[in-house]
Amino acid sequence: MIHTIVEMLSYPFMVRAFTVGILVSLCSALLGVSLVLKRYSMIGDGLSHVGFGALAVAAALNAAPLAVAIPVVVVAAVLLLRVSDSSKMKGDAAIALISTSALAVGVMVISMTTGMNTDVYNYMFGSILAMSSEDVEMSVMLSVIVLALYIFFYNKIFAITFDETFAQATGVRANLYNTLIAVLTAVTIVLGMRMMGTLLISSLIIFPALTSMRICKTFRSVILNSAILSVVCFCIGISVSYFFATPAGASVVVVNLAMLAVYTIIGLIKEKRKICR
Amino acid sequence: MALVQCDNISIAYEGQTVVYDLSFEIHQGDYLCIVGENGSGKSTLVKSLIGLKSPSKGKIILNDGLRQNEIGYLPQQNDVQKDFPASVYEVVLSGRLNSRGFRPFYTAGDKKAAKENMQLLGIERLGKNCFRDLSGGQKQRVLLARALCATKKLLLLDEPVTGLDPIVTAEFYQLIKEVNEKSKIAVVMVSHDIESAVRDASHILHLQETALFFGTTEDYRKSPVGRQFIKSGQIQPEAEKTAGGERS
Repeated sequence: MIHTIVEMLSYPFMVRAFTVGILVSLCSALLGVSLVLKRYSMIGDGLSHVGFGALAVAAALNAAPLAVAIPVVVVAAVLLLRVSDSSKMKGDAAIALISTSALAVGVMVISMTTGMNTDVYNYMFGSILAMSSEDVEMSVMLSVIVLALYIFFYNKIFAITFDETFAQATGVRANLYNTLIAVLTAVTIVLGMRMMGTLLISSLIIFPALTSMRICKTFRSVILNSAILSVVCFCIGISVSYFFATPAGASVVVVNLAMLAVYTIIGLIKEKRKICR
Repeated sequence: MALVQCDNISIAYEGQTVVYDLSFEIHQGDYLCIVGENGSGKSTLVKSLIGLKSPSKGKIILNDGLRQNEIGYLPQQNDVQKDFPASVYEVVLSGRLNSRGFRPFYTAGDKKAAKENMQLLGIERLGKNCFRDLSGGQKQRVLLARALCATKKLLLLDEPVTGLDPIVTAEFYQLIKEVNEKSKIAVVMVSHDIESAVRDASHILHLQETALFFGTTEDYRKSPVGRQFIKSGQIQPEAEKTAGGERS
């Protein structure tokens, strides 16, 4: 057992995958709690499609993938948030519109340049081979910034998630913090999407939060539980991916799904006991 | 000097005037009820009082060192809170955010203030409970404790008893009256319940896009507009929920 783990970690690409993956899982779990509670879950999905489009364009232009994708997705995140808040177009429709458009542009660009090949397959479903060592440096730096900002603004993020009107009335600039959450989410998604895949990265945001909410009763415990759960699920998933040669993203999602099932059952049992008492 | 002073204010949404030429004052220790029919501009006025919507004409002046972010506000319940995982203590403590400014973490003083307010409202035992598991009346107490954490001078309650049963409603009114009398905190309450308004409040503002009446409750009982409104009794509280002029 230990032998196989040591062997797994002797590959540099696995070490890179673990480093970036753990940090991204941590960030997405923290942000996910707010997004799920504020009914913004689909923003993650929308942004990953925008990220796909941006990566395709970056590849066609031979530019550095992260340097192109991050600004584009950040802009998209701010835009989506604005659109969700205004009543002219409903948020879910706007997200569907933007995400499918970006996906279409990405596919068009790819098919006109390199053609549909394994790269596209990896973009879609994720690959543990995706991270280069420059990517790792940038990812580590950005995730640390995301984590630091989240911890620093934790109390304010709680306040605007729970009750935006009250928070605003007591002088918290809700728009600013909503934008902050959107920008941090955008960065996190771009960092994680090549490993997890466009189609599956949003699960990193949604699953840990939903799973923890089955049994946790306080905001702090939901946050902590999500963070730990997310990292554990990622490590198991990525190991599965390594041993069975399955796509990384899908493996992690399946582990998350199993965890959700376990937590749901525990939650139901707890509820039952409470009623019996 | 008046705690809050509104001189001839008008409030408009996208060019449409919702409230016009409104003047009234709130003094320390007052208990003001804002009554009025559906779409009379009550919710709009509340938004202006908490500083989310500035008046299109005139100004709302806060005196006596009352700052804009020091109004203890109890909003109408929102959907998010129905399944929100947060402990009662976390919710109450979040009322102290306005004293934090840019500093990120709560101090021992903040925690003490939160506990004191929970004690005052009789919810100290619920501290570790989950907000979503509470009854309607308990939830309102928690939100009131949070509002008290945010203010020393003025509470603003927006239809606080919507959806509560009669017994819990009566308890809640009693609680607000006690807070008003004991702590000398001014209370402003938007209400449908005209009976309890004239029973508890010291002042009445009858809003119908402008002030149909503003003055003491005594005078309101005698005034023609007051007499008619009191006679007609409660005005469909349920219908208000859907048509209540929520122009956000």
